[in-house]
Amino acid sequence: MKIKEIQDQIVEEFDIFDSWMDKYEYLIELGKSVAVIDDINKTDDNIIKGCQSKVWLHAKEKNGVVEFSADSDAIITKGIVSLLIRTFSNQKPLDIINANLDFIDKIGLRQHLSSNRANGLNNMIKKIKFYAIAFSKA
Amino acid sequence: MNILNNIESIRKEFPILNTTVNGNRLIYLDNAATSQTPNCVIDSISNYYKNLNSNIHRGVHTLSQMATEKYEDTRKKFSNHFNTKSSSEIIFTSGTTHSINLVSSGFTNFLSDKDEIIVSQLEHHSNIVPWQMLCEKTGAKMKVIPMNAKGELDLSAFSNLLSHKTKIVFVNHVSNALGTVNNIEEIIEESHKVGAAVLIDGAQAVPHFKVDLRKLDVDFYVCSAHKFCGPTGVGVLFGKREWLEKLPAYQGGGEMIEEVTFEKTTYSKLPNKFEAGTPNIAGVIASGIALDYINNIGLENIKKYEDYLLNYATKKLLEIDGLKIYGESKNKTSVISFNIKNIHPYDIGSLIDNIGIAVRTGQHCAQPIMDYFKIPGTIRISFCFYNTTDEIDTLVNALKKASTMLS
Repeated sequence: MKIKEIQDQIVEEFDIFDSWMDKYEYLIELGKSVAVIDDINKTDDNIIKGCQSKVWLHAKEKNGVVEFSADSDAIITKGIVSLLIRTFSNQKPLDIINANLDFIDKIGLRQHLSSNRANGLNNMIKKIKFYAIAFSKA
Repeated sequence: MNILNNIESIRKEFPILNTTVNGNRLIYLDNAATSQTPNCVIDSISNYYKNLNSNIHRGVHTLSQMATEKYEDTRKKFSNHFNTKSSSEIIFTSGTTHSINLVSSGFTNFLSDKDEIIVSQLEHHSNIVPWQMLCEKTGAKMKVIPMNAKGELDLSAFSNLLSHKTKIVFVNHVSNALGTVNNIEEIIEESHKVGAAVLIDGAQAVPHFKVDLRKLDVDFYVCSAHKFCGPTGVGVLFGKREWLEKLPAYQGGGEMIEEVTFEKTTYSKLPNKFEAGTPNIAGVIASGIALDYINNIGLENIKKYEDYLLNYATKKLLEIDGLKIYGESKNKTSVISFNIKNIHPYDIGSLIDNIGIAVRTGQHCAQPIMDYFKIPGTIRISFCFYNTTDEIDTLVNALKKASTMLS
């Protein structure tokens, strides 16, 4: 599925929630689910530091697509991380570079991406793009 | 004034308390980060730009003289409030961080690799980093007063750190992360015995109780206006005259000079020596209005009311299953740092924000404290005299709900 289609699907899923509580409950559920990164890749090299919650991001290129795996120590951040992995993983580098990320805004979680350095999400998205650039030149 | 009996009229003076956040009335519990601003302070800034705006100390025209008078009157206000010997010992800066950098930078000339400086484990980064930079420049060694599990400083360990090599000691009056009120009287006395100067970071103290700098006999004391209902961008640095005369000028420019030629420039006397350029005139004048405002309410009344909120909140919070409070000193200001079970503070803060509750989560620019407790951060609530027990009740219910969702 293309990146835009995945994002539209995520927005549709969140549209069914009327209240912020239901939305967050879903996000927390996503966050509590199985870790999306192998422990072996949860290294200092892969840490993206936020002031409060940390994010680990691992990337590798396989058969022309980029495989991402990630984790966070805060459940809500981890829920958003799992959505980002769902959007960007197993996509071609060029598609990742050219993608506009707007689903987070559309599902009303924009504050988690604010330039406030509270979490590592903004930097994680930048790093996803950098990985894609690096793999596109390889 | 009995704040409890007047709480509604006090709250009406703070327009932002009527704001809604995410469809809910704002419950602002992040006062240690910044306090809210009463109408008189907002009006002062507005009035300055409408009727008074003029550069100070420079002009012969009426507006300039009026602005200068208000600016210098504000200096006298702070001098009186802090009981300093002279108003020239009050320097206006852009904030506590700027003030600390000004002093630490000045000490570059006084330190060598044979000297030591002492910091505490409870410090905000603004009272650690400038001094680390100073040590890098001069080779001086930094020693650290350890804290204990209650969030207090170990003063017997401090005595062992002091020696004839100690040149300056810098400690916060009140910990921003934990609310601990430190025994700075003892720290100042012991430091002076070995000939060390003392800088006290009073940013978290000045909003909550009266500080008498002459009685403390402290060498430097710093605070920020936005912590006591003043505007952001204004700080007050007190320095004993003999120290301020010894320190070199920090920033060069207009105002801080006597005479300028390309061969040589001579510098102004105090306080202008440390106030280069055009200051935040509106902000300084408004800071004086903020000071008047809290003095009209009365700092003893503020302390009494905030202690009441602190005790009420502590009792209610401890009813929450799995809640742990960090900072259990008997002498605290109205700050409570806590965590609930193993839940990441960021998650709790994010959830309760949805019902308009503003708390601070994270390391509070005090990583050494978080490292001591081996935690990623805490949720911190910090009260001001416009908070209420109803707000605390709403907070506690929200925390219980959040805890259930996140467990």
